[in-house]
Amino acid sequence: MAVTEAEVRERREGYESSRLGMWIFLATEILLFGGLFCAYAVYRSNHPEIFVYAHRFLSKTLGGINTIVLICSSFTMAWAVRAAQLGERRRLVALLAITIFCGLCFLGIKGIEYQQKWRHGLLWGERYHPVEHEKNGAAGTPAAIQMPPVSSDPNRSFLPLAAEGPRGLAPESSKPAPGGADAEPVPKNVQTFFGIYFAMTGLHAVHVIAGMILIGVMLVRAIRREFSPTDFTPVDNVGLYWHLVDVIWIYLFPFLYLIR
Amino acid sequence: MSDHSSNPIVGHVMPLKTLVMIWGALLVLTIVTVSATHLDLPRIAIWVALGIATVKATLVALYFMHLRYERPFHAIIFVMAVIFVLLFVGIALTDTQAYQPDLIPGYAPGMGAR
Repeated sequence: MAVTEAEVRERREGYESSRLGMWIFLATEILLFGGLFCAYAVYRSNHPEIFVYAHRFLSKTLGGINTIVLICSSFTMAWAVRAAQLGERRRLVALLAITIFCGLCFLGIKGIEYQQKWRHGLLWGERYHPVEHEKNGAAGTPAAIQMPPVSSDPNRSFLPLAAEGPRGLAPESSKPAPGGADAEPVPKNVQTFFGIYFAMTGLHAVHVIAGMILIGVMLVRAIRREFSPTDFTPVDNVGLYWHLVDVIWIYLFPFLYLIR
Repeated sequence: MSDHSSNPIVGHVMPLKTLVMIWGALLVLTIVTVSATHLDLPRIAIWVALGIATVKATLVALYFMHLRYERPFHAIIFVMAVIFVLLFVGIALTDTQAYQPDLIPGYAPGMGAR
């Protein structure tokens, strides 16, 4: 299947314009996640105690394994692009399959983490009902968030009523946190952290699923011999997308799991 | 199958050796960022984590995403998106910091306290 010089030039133009479109799309993806990173930064700067308290409910081990799995999948994807450019079809098929397998591992581990959060009631907003699982029992957080009327706070009685927070947020009271003075105080509104955690990792997981579907399509097309050294643009663009998913996780992992 | 093979469309094909080296560097940096949390650096821990993550992301972008060998315009698009996110986060942070004295702990930022 010889390709003439004119055809190569034409395909090069096609490759470069699709590449430009892909980079613009990736820029919009960065901005999409940027909104969530902004929410994260604002909440963390206002309430660092919530993040320091809540992050210990995330498993550093599982998060770390997931980081390594995703980096490995990114490597196999970059190698797959190389194989596609060199026309090594069997290697391309194998590497794409490994990449999908890594994506499945990532989602499986993520699923285990979500299931643990669900079992312990560590969810967002009004669904936050932490199960008492501390060893001494006393440090457990209340099972439900009570919302006393705002006017009962003596410090605020002479002030005009403030706007109420969104439902699911407890108003601050001067009472010490349950657990007594010896136990570490449990900050209010820990569910804020889990809201941000589920929003960020959830959107990321959606991207992982989308990337796996796209890689699956590439796998089928590679098996059907649709790619050649002059015709591999889809593999390259899907690779770019997959690497972006990896880059976002590179930031999510220290931000959510490794707070100090 | 030498590492110096080229492609008629892109010209430059990433050598396997480079890919493996970047992979290794990313794994090492992951271990570094996890072990850095065991050091007691309360003030700068977030900046250390952010710095290591940025080094990793740069490696992925430059080599796995071929940004180093592509048209500079693609790099400009990518970097501009990052700059706009930084602007967005930075301005939002300065704004929310300005309301810190009014903040009721535990509330959404800027809620109440007026």
